[in-house]
Amino acid sequence: MITSMASRRAFLGAGGSLVIGFALGGRALAQGQAPAPAGPSAPAGGPAVHKSVALDEVDGFLAIGADGKVTLFSGKVDLGTGIRTALTQMAAEELDVPVERITFVQGDTALTPDQGPTYGSLSIQNGGMQIRQAAATARRQLVTAAAQRLGVPAAELVVEDGTVRPRSGGQGLGYGELIGDRNFSLKVDKDIVTKDPANFRVVGKSVQRLDIPDKTTGRFTYMHDFRVDGMLHGRVVRPPGLQAQLQQVDESSVRNIPGLVKVVREGNFVGVVAQTEWGAIRAAQDLKLTWSNWEGLPEQSRLWEHVRATPVAKDDVTSNVGNAGEALGQGAKRLNATYDFAIHTHGSLGPSCAVAEIRDGLLTCWTASQMTHNLRKQLAAMMRMPEEKVRCIYLEGSGCYGRNGHEDATGDAALLSRAVEGRPVRVQWMRQDEHGWDPKGPPTLIDLRGAIDANGNITAWQSEFFIPQGAAGNVALVPAELAGLPHEESMAPGNIIQNSALPYSVPNVHTVCHRLENTLFKPSWIRTPGRMQNTYANECFLDELAAEAGADPMEFRLRHLKDERGLELMRRLAVLSRWESRPSPRRDAGASNGGGTATGRGVSYVKYELNRTYVGAVAEVEVDRGSGDIRVKRFFVVHDCGQVINPDGVRNQIEGNVLHTISRTLKEELTWDRSMVTSLDWGSYPVITFPEVPEIVMELLDRPGERPWGAGEPSAAVIPSAISNAVFDATGVRLRSVPFTPPRVKAALQQAS
Amino acid sequence: MASSVPLHVNGQATTVEIDDPDMPLLYALRNNLGLHGPRFGCGLGQCGTCTVHIDGEAARSCITPISSIGPDQRIVTLEGLGSPESPHKVQKAFMDEQAVQCGYCINGMIMQAAALLARTPKPSEEDIRNELANNICRCGTHARILRAVKRAADAA
Repeated sequence: MITSMASRRAFLGAGGSLVIGFALGGRALAQGQAPAPAGPSAPAGGPAVHKSVALDEVDGFLAIGADGKVTLFSGKVDLGTGIRTALTQMAAEELDVPVERITFVQGDTALTPDQGPTYGSLSIQNGGMQIRQAAATARRQLVTAAAQRLGVPAAELVVEDGTVRPRSGGQGLGYGELIGDRNFSLKVDKDIVTKDPANFRVVGKSVQRLDIPDKTTGRFTYMHDFRVDGMLHGRVVRPPGLQAQLQQVDESSVRNIPGLVKVVREGNFVGVVAQTEWGAIRAAQDLKLTWSNWEGLPEQSRLWEHVRATPVAKDDVTSNVGNAGEALGQGAKRLNATYDFAIHTHGSLGPSCAVAEIRDGLLTCWTASQMTHNLRKQLAAMMRMPEEKVRCIYLEGSGCYGRNGHEDATGDAALLSRAVEGRPVRVQWMRQDEHGWDPKGPPTLIDLRGAIDANGNITAWQSEFFIPQGAAGNVALVPAELAGLPHEESMAPGNIIQNSALPYSVPNVHTVCHRLENTLFKPSWIRTPGRMQNTYANECFLDELAAEAGADPMEFRLRHLKDERGLELMRRLAVLSRWESRPSPRRDAGASNGGGTATGRGVSYVKYELNRTYVGAVAEVEVDRGSGDIRVKRFFVVHDCGQVINPDGVRNQIEGNVLHTISRTLKEELTWDRSMVTSLDWGSYPVITFPEVPEIVMELLDRPGERPWGAGEPSAAVIPSAISNAVFDATGVRLRSVPFTPPRVKAALQQAS
Repeated sequence: MASSVPLHVNGQATTVEIDDPDMPLLYALRNNLGLHGPRFGCGLGQCGTCTVHIDGEAARSCITPISSIGPDQRIVTLEGLGSPESPHKVQKAFMDEQAVQCGYCINGMIMQAAALLARTPKPSEEDIRNELANNICRCGTHARILRAVKRAADAA
C-alpha cells in the first residue's frame, strides 16, 4: 500500500549553498511522485536555503550537479498546461542536454526567481525566453571553460549530450566536470544569441509530457495529496451572506465531534481544526453560528440595469481614429446593438487546498497558487510578518483558469495554523466554498454602433464597454477580508480592456471602457479575461455589419484586415473549413421557425491584445428550433503563435480553449439571491458534458524563425462569437447574451418569428 | 466510537481505524491508506473524480459510506489498475494520446472507462460519451479522452 506521509526528517538537515540546490534538485526530481517535494529546509520556512533567486543571474535559473544533472528553477508554474515540459525543452535545447536529465523545480519563493504570476499566456513568451537566455549564457560559459581546460579554441568545440568536445573528435569534458555543484556567478546576458532554430533538436517536437505517466497511474502528488507529519485538518465556514456579520458561535454544537482540536474565530473568519479530515468536515457542517442578515446584492433579473447604473470611476479610451461620431451620422446604413456576457466562476474541479505551518517564527505554505511570490507578500501582510519569514512552495493543484481560490485557501491554512500554535494544518475547501467564494469573472456589458457606406465598407465604429475598474494585481485574500486583517482594497479583474479596440482597419473608430466603481462579486481574471468578452461583442457586431452589407462574413473580414499574418491565417481557415462564400443568414434560415433543426456556420478572428497570437475559428452548429438547444458540431481553428515549442502541447491547449469556452458560452452562468451565490454545485452551475463535445479540426502555423507567443488562452477569445454568428447564419436570429441557454435561444427564436 | 473496518484494496486485505461509520470511503482511501488516485471533487457524486471500482463496477467513493462496504468486496483504485511500468490498457491509451491537462479528473475518466470496457469491450462512440456523461473535466480534455478510450478499446 502506498503511503503519502512525508517524512519531515527526510528533508531536514541539509545545509550549504549550491550543493543543497542539488540535494534538493534530486529530491525535486520526484516532485511528481515523491511525498515530499519541498526543499531541504522546508519545515523551517526556507530562508535557510542560500540559493540565488535573482532574475538576472544564471544561478537563479540553473544548477548543474557533479553528475551532470541539471536543475531548472522556474518561477512560472505548470497549471496543467504542460509548461513544465515546454520550459524543460527550451532549457534542454540551449544547453544541448537531453530533456530527461533536467529536473524542473517550480514556484518556490526560496528557490525560484520571481518571473511574475503564471497568467496571460506569458509562460513561454516571457518566462521561457528568460530561461532560454539563462541557459544560453550558461552554455557559453561552459564552452569557454572547456576551451581553457582542453586548450582548444571555443569555436572548435561542440556540445553533445552535455559534453563539450572538439569538433574534430577526441576527449571532451562533461558539464558535471566543468561546473558540477558550483555556482555560475554569472549575469544572464540579455543580448546573447540563442540557438539558430534551424539547429533545433528538441524545440518544435511533440515531446511527451513529463507528468502524464504519474498522473494516469495515481503516483502524482498534487497539492491535495500532500501530507506532513503531525498534520491537522481544517475546514472553513463562510458567511451565508457576502457581508454578513458573525454574531454568535455555539461551540457546544460540535463538542461531540471526535478529534476536534479547535473552533477558530477571527472577526467573520471561522474555521475548524480536527485530527481527521472527516472530523473537520463534520465540525464545519454542524457548527452552529448566528450571522446578521445581509441582502445587499441586486436582483439577478436586474443585473444589466444595475451595471448600467453603477458610477463610472474613469474612462479608458482604447482607440480613437478619425471622427467616429461624425462618420456615424454620414453612413449609408447604421446599426446599434448591445451585448452582454454573464458572470462566471473558475469552478476548478478540485476545490482549493493548501497546507501551512509556522515553526520558529517562519511560515511555510504549500500552495497551488499561480503566483507564489505575490502570495508571499500578501500572506506576510495578513500575518503581520516580515516577508523573509514566509515561504510559499508550489505544488500542482486542480487546473485553475486564472486567479481562483488557491491563494485564499492558503491564507485560510495560515490563519488556522496560527490558531493551533503553528502546527501544520491542511485546508481543503468544499465544493460550495469553491463555487461560492472563488473570485468571479465580472459581468460585461457592451454598446456598439457602426455604419457602412454604399459599397459595404465600415466607415464608423463606436463602442462602450461597462466593466469594473482595476487591472491585473493582487486579489485580496478572503480570510484577510473576513478577519479584518491587512489586505488590498482595490479590485483586480485582470487587464480586461484588452481587445476592446479592433484588429481591423476602419477610418473612424472610438472605443472606450467605462471603468465602473464596483461590481457585484469580487472579480479576478478567468481564462482570456476581457479579451473573450470584448472579442465576442466586436466579432458579433462585425458580423451584423457584414449581414447589413449583404457580404460574406469571411470576405468582409478579409476586406477590413490589413495585417499580412492575419490575412494569411484567415485564408488558411477558409480552406481548412471549406468555407462557402455567401452572406449570412443562409437563404432558408427564416423558414420553419416553429420547429426542426437549422444548421449554420460562423467565423471569428482575433489578434490577441492586438500585438501577438493570431487565431481564426469557424463554428458549425445545429439549432433545435423547438427546444432552443444549440449543438456545436465542429470547430475549425487556425492558430499562429509564432515559434511552436511543443506542437502537441499547443494542440492540447487549443482543444481545451475550445471546449472550456463552448461550456462558458452555452451553459455557464452564476446565479445568486440578495445575499449570496446560489449556484454552489455542478447541478446549479452546469458545464459541458461528453455528449456535447464537437469535433475539433485545427492547423498550427509554426514559424520557427519568429519569437514564440502564448497559446494558453488566445483561442478562447474567438469561440463565443463564432457560435453566435453560426446561430445567426442558421436561423437569422442574433444571440447577444451569453450564455446561449435553450430557454434564451427559444425566446429569441419566438420573438423573431 | 473508534472501530476497525476490514477492507480489501488493490489486492491486499487491510484494516482502517474509523470513528464514524458514515465516513465516505474516499477519506479512508486517501487518508488512512495514503492513496492518491481517488480524488475529492464535490463530495456530492456529481463530478466523478473520486471514482473507484467496487467488485469491478465504477462507484463514487465520496458518497459511499464506509459501513456499506463488505469485507469481501474488492476495491480497486487507479494505483491498483496499473503502474507507469505496467499500465492498464486504458492508462496506456491515456499516456499515448496525452489525454491529460491538469489531470485532476483523469482518475475518474480512466476508472469509469475501464469499467465500461470490462463490461462492453467494443463500445460505440455514443457508448463512450454516455458512459462519461457524468464525469466533469474543466480543462477541456474531452476530445483527447474520447480518443484515448477508443484507442484502449481497439487495443483489446
